[in-house]
Formats: sequence, C-alpha cells, structure tokens
Amino acid sequence: MDFSILFSVFLVGLATAMLLFMISSGLTLVFGVLRIINFAHGSLYMLGAYFGLSLQSLFREMGSTFWLTLILSSLAVAAVGGIVELFFLRRVYKAAHIYQLLLTYALVMIIDALVKMVWGLDPMSISEPAALSGSFEMLGRPFPVYALFIILVGFAMTIFLWLFLVRSRYGKFIRAAAADVDITNALGINVPLIFTGVFILGSWLAALGGFLSGPLMVTSPDMGVVIIIECFAVVVIGGMGSLQGAFVGSLLIGMLNSFGAYYIPRLSMVFVYLLMAIILIAKPTGMFGARG
Amino acid sequence: MKIKYISLPIFVVAAILAPFVMSNYWIFIVTEVLIMALFASSLNLLLGYTGLLSFGQGAYYAVGAYTTALLVKNVSSSLWVTVGGGVLAALIIAIIVGSLCVRLSELYFAMLTLAFSQMIYFIVFQWRSFTGGDDGLPGILRPPLDLGVISISLSSPQNFYYFTLILVALSLWFLKTVAESPLGYVFRSIRDNPKRAEFTGIAVNRFRLISFVIAGFFSGLAGSIYALLAGFVSPELAFWTKSGEPVIMTLVGGIYTFFGPTVGAAIYTILHTFIASKTEHWLLYFGLILLVIVLALPEGVLGAIEKWRGKS
Repeated sequence: MDFSILFSVFLVGLATAMLLFMISSGLTLVFGVLRIINFAHGSLYMLGAYFGLSLQSLFREMGSTFWLTLILSSLAVAAVGGIVELFFLRRVYKAAHIYQLLLTYALVMIIDALVKMVWGLDPMSISEPAALSGSFEMLGRPFPVYALFIILVGFAMTIFLWLFLVRSRYGKFIRAAAADVDITNALGINVPLIFTGVFILGSWLAALGGFLSGPLMVTSPDMGVVIIIECFAVVVIGGMGSLQGAFVGSLLIGMLNSFGAYYIPRLSMVFVYLLMAIILIAKPTGMFGARG
Repeated sequence: MKIKYISLPIFVVAAILAPFVMSNYWIFIVTEVLIMALFASSLNLLLGYTGLLSFGQGAYYAVGAYTTALLVKNVSSSLWVTVGGGVLAALIIAIIVGSLCVRLSELYFAMLTLAFSQMIYFIVFQWRSFTGGDDGLPGILRPPLDLGVISISLSSPQNFYYFTLILVALSLWFLKTVAESPLGYVFRSIRDNPKRAEFTGIAVNRFRLISFVIAGFFSGLAGSIYALLAGFVSPELAFWTKSGEPVIMTLVGGIYTFFGPTVGAAIYTILHTFIASKTEHWLLYFGLILLVIVLALPEGVLGAIEKWRGKS
C-alpha cells in the first residue's frame, strides 16, 4: 500500500469535496428556505466562471487580477440571482412544484444558450494566480498549491456559513424561514426579503465555486448541466435543506469520485448515482434531512 | 368539441398525404415529430394523468434505442425481434426502476428517476466494448418489414415514415384508450388526491407502477424506432437533458389534454429545425417560450386553445 499515492488521492478528493460543497451549499440553502430545486444553480455556477474569464481579460493590463475578478464576478452573478428571484421565481411560489422546476429549467436553457452565444463553444481555461501556482511536496509527491488553497477556502467557507447561520441575526431569520415560513411571516419578519436574500446568497456561492473551479477544471458551456446533477446527488445524500448534510455529502462524493477514479475508473460515476438511489430508497430525506 | 371532431380527421389526412408533398428532409423531420410525440405522450400518462414527474424517461428511450441497435448489429435482421427486443428491455428496466420509485413522494420520485437515468447514462458511456461508449453505435440498418407474404423495405424515408406513423398511431390510440378508461380515472384520482384515492381502496403504489411501466414501454418503443430512423445511437439519449425534452413538450403543448404532448412535440421539433438553421442557439428561444408558458400559459398551447374555445 503506497501511502503517498493514497494521500494524494485523498487530497484530490478533499479538494473536489470542498469545491462541491461551496456549490451545493447554495443549492441546499435555496431548497431549505424557498423549497425550490433550482436547476439553474449549475448555470449560475457556470456564469461565475465565464464572467470571471471576461473580467480577467478586461483587467489583463492591471496585473494580478484573480482576487478582484473573483469578487466582481461572484457579485455580478449574485445580482443576476436577485433579478431571477424578483422577476421570475416570485411568480411561481404559489404554483405547483412542476412549474417551479420547469421555470428553473427554462432558465437553464436560456442562460446556457446565452453563454454559448457570447463566449462560444470552445472550452477555455482560467489560470490560477501567480501566488498560488506550482506544487507542494506532500509525502514525496507533488500536489498543486491551488488545490490546497481550495481545501482551505472550503473549510473557511464552511465555518463562515455556520457562523452566519447560527450566530448572526439574519442567519436566525433564515433558519426560521426554513423551519416554518408562515410563523416567521406572522412574527413580522420580511419573508419575501429573506427569500430574495437567500437566493442571492446561493447564487453568490455558486459563482464563487464556478470561478474558483476554473484553474482545476475546464470551463466549457456544458459545465452547468454536468455540475447540477452532482449537486443533486450531494444534496439528496446529505439531506435537502441541510448544510451539514451538504458538507458530509460533498465529502462522500468527492472521496468516491477521487478514489473511484483511481481504483475503479470505469464505474466511479455509476457509484455516485447508485449511492444517491440507495439513499432515496432507504431514507429519502437524506442523512441529515428532517422532514420530507 | 365540434372543432376537435373536425381537426382530428384533417390531421390524419394530412399525415397520410404528407410524404407526397414533402422533401426527404422534411419527411425525416416529421418522422422525428411522430417519435417524440409518442415519447412525450407516454411521459404524460405519468405526469398529466397520474401526477408523477419523471425526469428519467430518457433511460427507457435509450435502453430501447440501444437494445434495438445492438440487436440489429449483432443478432438479428428481423424487425419484430429487434424492435420487440428493444421494447422488452425497456419494459424490464421500467418494472425494476418503477417498483423502487413509486413509493416516493413527488420531489424524491423525480430525483430517483433522475439518478437511475444518470446511472444508465454512465453505464452506457463507460461500457465501450459493448455500447461503443462515447462514440455511440453507427451504421444501424433498418430491417425490412416482413409480413410473411411480403417483405417491405424500410430504407426509403417514405416507407419508414408510414411504418412510424402506423406504430405511433396505434400506440397513441392505446394510450388514449387507457387514459379515458376506468384505469385512467384511477390514475387521475391518484393524481388529484392520493390519500383520498387510498381511502377509497385503491392500491395507489400498484397503480402508479402500472402507469410507470406503460410509460416506460412506450418510451422504449419511441427509442427503438428512433434508433432505426437515425441509424445511430449515442449515450446522450440517456443524459438527463434528454429526459427534459418530453417534459417540456408536454408542458408547452398542454399537460392536461391528451394531444397536448403531440402538439408540443411538433412545436419543439419544428421550431428546432427552423431556428437551428438560422442560429445554433435555438434553445434560447425555446427557453423563452417555456418561460412564457410557465408564467402565463400553464395549461399549454392546446389547453389554452381548448379553454378559449370554451370547452365543455
């Protein structure tokens, strides 16, 4: 047993997991509060990457632009999310679930088509900032610095989200709305504002994930539809609406992907969906989900 | 009502005469519309009639298509065996998946059908030696229609069109009969209020399974015919976005009418053809149409027409 390889695979799994968590946390939050499965979450993730690409080329002369681009692109997508919620999602809250699902699906089609129109079909790449390039030596094997950075950012994000939701005032409002919308409303809390806010937060997280994933993965017009299914798997396994669930689910899937790709490359993806199916059959509400 | 009685014969006559006035290219398109109409109508039995949103019908479509393709390439040149085999495979998968899915409620049901569909996608994708993987299976020849006394070649677009027309018409007739039969009413009562249906003694999950299996059967048939139409199958047929197509078609055409999905399939395919020739971003327009439908016209095009005409 070559521990250094095992450790590398483990770290790759961790990095994938953290990235997946950043993206899925937004999806699960939106579901927990708005009770909507946002198919367009993957498209927002993709927009984060593509906005970042354009901003990067815009700022090229200015030198180190990674951080500025990260902030601006994620805020831009957060704004897009706000518009989507205010002008479209609001109209279907009272409608049957299928219409909500199809609304977000329509958005997927629209956003994905717009991305192809503006940026073309060819895959592109986002390069990491100079400060994070190169690799570390871990147990005698090289490991990309950027991937380590992602792991750290993931943990930081987890702590930030946890603190926000558990300790802050707005976090409490959000958790209240997730628990019982009507009573929260009756308490005089501005629920529509919370809905918009959570959707914006979710979009922001997705976009962050999108741009940050750039140096590790290819940026292409189909990255949205591919990631959304992985996010669904995470959220189903962890429990829809549960942030701890999203964390554990991301870890599970990240590790499954990484170890699977190394040991059973042909079947690893099948195992992810197999796990998703098993959870749905055995305990549909997922590992940490409370109610259906 | 009167309008409906006039328009159906018109469509039937138009359908029969179509190949005489159309180029081969358009015959291909219309054949595809027929296939998608079957696919969407089978989905609507689940969705509009039984109230189950399946986002994984692409799985049965793909299983039907791939099984037929593999049978044609490796086993048999009999139309009955190849298409029959495709449908049988889809039926078996639908029974297995369905029995696991139907006890779940709305959202989880949709997620599970999605999960199974993705599993099948990846199995097809990875099993290169069997399914050709990413490259798909090209060169699927159409077996002739062997009726014992005569053998009709299906290689011409016209012949294959009529073959598809007959199969799809028979299937739609069957589906319509089911939808308007007491079984169909059971489905609808399950859709409208599962708890009440259960209280009146209906074995809700068993009937959901029946609906699921019928839908899977015809989705598989649609896939089998498609394999012979296109002469080529690829894993995308099982990817979740393919499963979204019949859902969109059903919604755009009209979810609570029988021919809604057919209308939706026609709109979708024809729009695709028209717009795709001008720009490759036709999904943008379709997304916008879907948006309008969801926000303004939830009963779909056919539903809106019926409403406007003051249906009884």
